[in-house]
Amino acid sequence: MAARDGGVSCLRRSEMIGIGIGELESPPLDSDQVHVLAVDDSLVDRIVIERLLRITSCKVTAVDSGWRALEFLGLDEDKAAVEFDRLKVDLIITDYCMPGMTGYELLKKIKESTSFKEVPVVIMSSENVLTRIDRCLEEGAEDFLLKPVKLADVKRLRSYLTRDVKVSGDGNKRKPSTPPPSPSPPQLSCTTSMESSDSIVVDDDSLTLSSESSTSPMDSPMRRLEMKSLPV
Amino acid sequence: MDLVQMQKSLQDYTKSLFLEGILDSQFLQLQQLQDESNPDFVSQVVTLFFQDSDRILNDLSLSLGQQVVDFKKVDPHVHQLKGSSSSIGAQRVKNACVVFRNFCEQQNVEACHRCLQQVKQEYYLVKNRLETLFKLEQQIVASGGMIPAVELGF
Repeated sequence: MAARDGGVSCLRRSEMIGIGIGELESPPLDSDQVHVLAVDDSLVDRIVIERLLRITSCKVTAVDSGWRALEFLGLDEDKAAVEFDRLKVDLIITDYCMPGMTGYELLKKIKESTSFKEVPVVIMSSENVLTRIDRCLEEGAEDFLLKPVKLADVKRLRSYLTRDVKVSGDGNKRKPSTPPPSPSPPQLSCTTSMESSDSIVVDDDSLTLSSESSTSPMDSPMRRLEMKSLPV
Repeated sequence: MDLVQMQKSLQDYTKSLFLEGILDSQFLQLQQLQDESNPDFVSQVVTLFFQDSDRILNDLSLSLGQQVVDFKKVDPHVHQLKGSSSSIGAQRVKNACVVFRNFCEQQNVEACHRCLQQVKQEYYLVKNRLETLFKLEQQIVASGGMIPAVELGF
């Protein structure tokens, strides 16, 4: 399967060139470079996430559906399981609400696979629904980002990838983690710390970002609620 | 108008869009993604947003114009528009979509018609303003100048 041609990244060649997104055919993967598979049915969001990831030095493959993602990973059932020695995916970031297969369903399929269950999966959603977030974390999602995604969010993802490219799935999804050692912003409106997402009470507009935590020296993957800063 | 004046006009114009709530901080996020390697990133994403939105608004008009409105068709469109407008920082469009979705949930056809009008209004407003903004930028670049970074004191 020609996994790196324009057919998999679901921007047509004319679209990609038209918006100057950059090289269409990726050169052979540099083994040091982080490769992210981004899944989003919205064209606008795909372009933004792709740019956000590229600007943080990731190689990106963007697809428009869960099915395409599985196809790219070689996990779709129609094809015989083929060993993709060179298919290196370090992170999968997917929208939650997608027609056909939701991001949650995609997450489950990835975690059920032998080849990719160790790959961190991050869910993005425009809707801040606690049960949704919990469900995704329970199923093994690494992180949950509230849309619209910001550069600080992506930088943070990037930071824990370089530390530990293959995150060990140890089944302990709710490891309490020390918050990053940075000054807390004045507008933090949550009453509890972010370690335990169970006890946080939020409503749609009152979440705030605790910090730009891109330099957090964590040893374990953080599984915590992602907060978004209030618009300026 | 000389270059400095044009740059000042652009800054003032941009600021006004934020002050009026037409744009929010997400637009600034997009501007952060623009650089020498991607000098037209913002206008390109916004252009895609316009194309996407034109299509969605068209579909919405059709869906709401049916004798029996299928809200299962209407809501995903509004959700999509809410998402993309949020992603580019078109705050008022996004907010209008939020209201729209509430009425979809209530299956209130008349209110939805009003919401569609409201969304369209906000959309055409932001479209118009952004097109003006990009024109101002083009004039500056054509005169050999650089686009000043947005500095918002609020």
